[in-house]
Amino acid sequence: MEAAKAGKTMEKFDKLTGVAAPLPLVNIDTDMIIPKQFLKTIKRSGLGVNLFDEMRYDRQGNEIEDFVLNKPAYRNAQILVAGDNFGCGSSREHAPWALADFGIRCVISTSFADIFYNNCFKNGILPIVLPQEDVDKLMDDANRGANAVVTVDLENQVITGPDGGEIRFEVDSFKKHCLLNGLDDIGLTMQKADAIDAFEKKYGAEAPWV
Amino acid sequence: MSAPKTLYDKIWDAHLVSEDEDGTSLLYIDRHLVHEVTSPQAFEGLRTSGRKVRAPEKTIAVPDHNVPTTLDRAKGIDNEESRIQVEALDKNAKDFGINYYPVSDVRQGIVHIVGPEQGWTLPGMTVVCGDSHTATHGAFGALAHGIGTSEVEHVLATQTLIQKKSKNMKVEITGKLRPGVTAKDITLSVIGATGTAGGTGHVIEYCGEAIRDLSMEGRMTVCNMAIEGGARAGLIAPDEKTFEYVKGRPHAPKGEAWDAALAYWKTLFTDEGAHFDKVVTLKGEDIAPVVTWGTSPEDVLPIDAVVPAPEDFKGGKVEAARRSLDYMGLTPGQKLTDIQIDTVFIGSCTNGRIEDLRAAAAVLKGRKVKDGMRAMVVPGSGLVRAQAEEEGLADIFKEAGFEWRLAGCSMCLAMNPDQLAEGERCASTSNRNFEGRQGYKGRTHLVSPAMAAAAAITGHLTDIREFDAELA
Ligand code: SF4
Repeated sequence: MEAAKAGKTMEKFDKLTGVAAPLPLVNIDTDMIIPKQFLKTIKRSGLGVNLFDEMRYDRQGNEIEDFVLNKPAYRNAQILVAGDNFGCGSSREHAPWALADFGIRCVISTSFADIFYNNCFKNGILPIVLPQEDVDKLMDDANRGANAVVTVDLENQVITGPDGGEIRFEVDSFKKHCLLNGLDDIGLTMQKADAIDAFEKKYGAEAPWV
Repeated sequence: MSAPKTLYDKIWDAHLVSEDEDGTSLLYIDRHLVHEVTSPQAFEGLRTSGRKVRAPEKTIAVPDHNVPTTLDRAKGIDNEESRIQVEALDKNAKDFGINYYPVSDVRQGIVHIVGPEQGWTLPGMTVVCGDSHTATHGAFGALAHGIGTSEVEHVLATQTLIQKKSKNMKVEITGKLRPGVTAKDITLSVIGATGTAGGTGHVIEYCGEAIRDLSMEGRMTVCNMAIEGGARAGLIAPDEKTFEYVKGRPHAPKGEAWDAALAYWKTLFTDEGAHFDKVVTLKGEDIAPVVTWGTSPEDVLPIDAVVPAPEDFKGGKVEAARRSLDYMGLTPGQKLTDIQIDTVFIGSCTNGRIEDLRAAAAVLKGRKVKDGMRAMVVPGSGLVRAQAEEEGLADIFKEAGFEWRLAGCSMCLAMNPDQLAEGERCASTSNRNFEGRQGYKGRTHLVSPAMAAAAAITGHLTDIREFDAELA
């Protein structure tokens, strides 16, 4: 039964071919990705229109033309190539919810903040860490606009650029497995209920004050 | 003889339920703190899948982010979405039978202040919360992680978290601090030295004489901002001060259980010779009172410095600095102490504890805030507020011209009506100076409580070491 539930919400990710948008700023924090006024929702859906809200719209709600996702070539971007330390700041999972709702399924950077990185995997988004020179190369590719179609193959851990060049990437094997199969990890952990029970029993005896 | 372990290693090992070959581990969670913003979707997930909260007695909820802090808040929340979110927490706490401090309870406050205050946070524990500043609890020698909402649901359902072990990082602050230098200056200076990604993938243990010398409140301030340095968590080994703080708290162990707990807590330190993957050492005497000039907590400088130029930086930081200066409305070369301030905010889980209010009140006593200054104190919890009233601090704040508010997150993230207006410039004791954090186009300078209070009096960012001389 639990195993059956273990396919629940998450969209699978195996191979993605899409436009890559460049966002070269460093330290893009989750307040930028989705400002706090949109955290008042009690749902996970519908946040895509407010992704990068304060960079994307002026105070009257008009689009700011030179923001990358407002440019015609990038309106349907599925991949973001971003500066270092992407997703720092608040733990809000609204950030990956907003990205996913907009249609971004993959973010590439030289580094990610830990909590954001984990949150991505729970929402069918693949964050990829690459060395600076590879990110620079993809940033160049992304700058070519709609021609910048990039393929991300999770199974084989390879990114193929618009000119056919290949870049390999690393990913944690468990996280990869869950993403490839769209697995809900609560279901997986529930299958270990015996181990948790046993731990609680032993630990409860050792540290009764907890 | 087993190999020497760090404090992090010890807490990790004590909570390991299972470990797969690739190192993916299931970690048992002792305390799960919950607030209204990052939990509704998790409870909804439990409902739709017919799951229960596995350990409601280890789960503690309190609304803090959305709650009004004005004195008339008993009349309810005007903003409909905020109200719905708080009501959802009321209902979820009741339906799932978890510990709860509603808005009407004097013990309500910011979740990271309430946890330690009520004795929920104890040395050696694993503590999680759907909030990045969960790192605060590390001050007790507890392994405290911020988690996302999916993980909140995971912990609610299983009382465990799937984790891979982080690396060990040691941040040592040697020697003594100079006068006017506080825990806030330590933690900002560390981020200034290592950058906001300096701790990524690591759990930091703070140690050294200057850390030992800090009170528990100060240690919480230091650990609170570990996340701003990118770390998974921050830790400080428990000692007599820790035990003293914990003893007698409502949920701390009593009697024999206390003795047993204490004996265990005394084993919670990093063994001689244990391995750290990264070590950073700062001399206490080199740390100055600091302030942030930009829109990242790493944009930190001693208060007697000048605003930097984008060309002072390298790589991607050049563009980021240009953007920050533009956003903050600052000119390279300008003295930081010449920056005029419109608003002062004292509060948040970084600096909303009793000691912080004492430090600010000591500066304000017998003085008045600058004409036109908007100044606000928001105690971190109802109990901090009550204590401050008892100690006469509330009167000092009010007489100086500060608004004396009820407990909550308030202008730290401005989800409630406490917000900066466009272009308004604030000296704030909170932890994030991100664009828009305290209000759309609002400008934030992070400072210690004493420096915030001094800025309220003089009307500009002020070197606390020069403050008395300046007024004389
Ligand atoms: S006070 Fe600020 S940082 Fe702390 S929990 Fe509230 S919003 Fe987060």
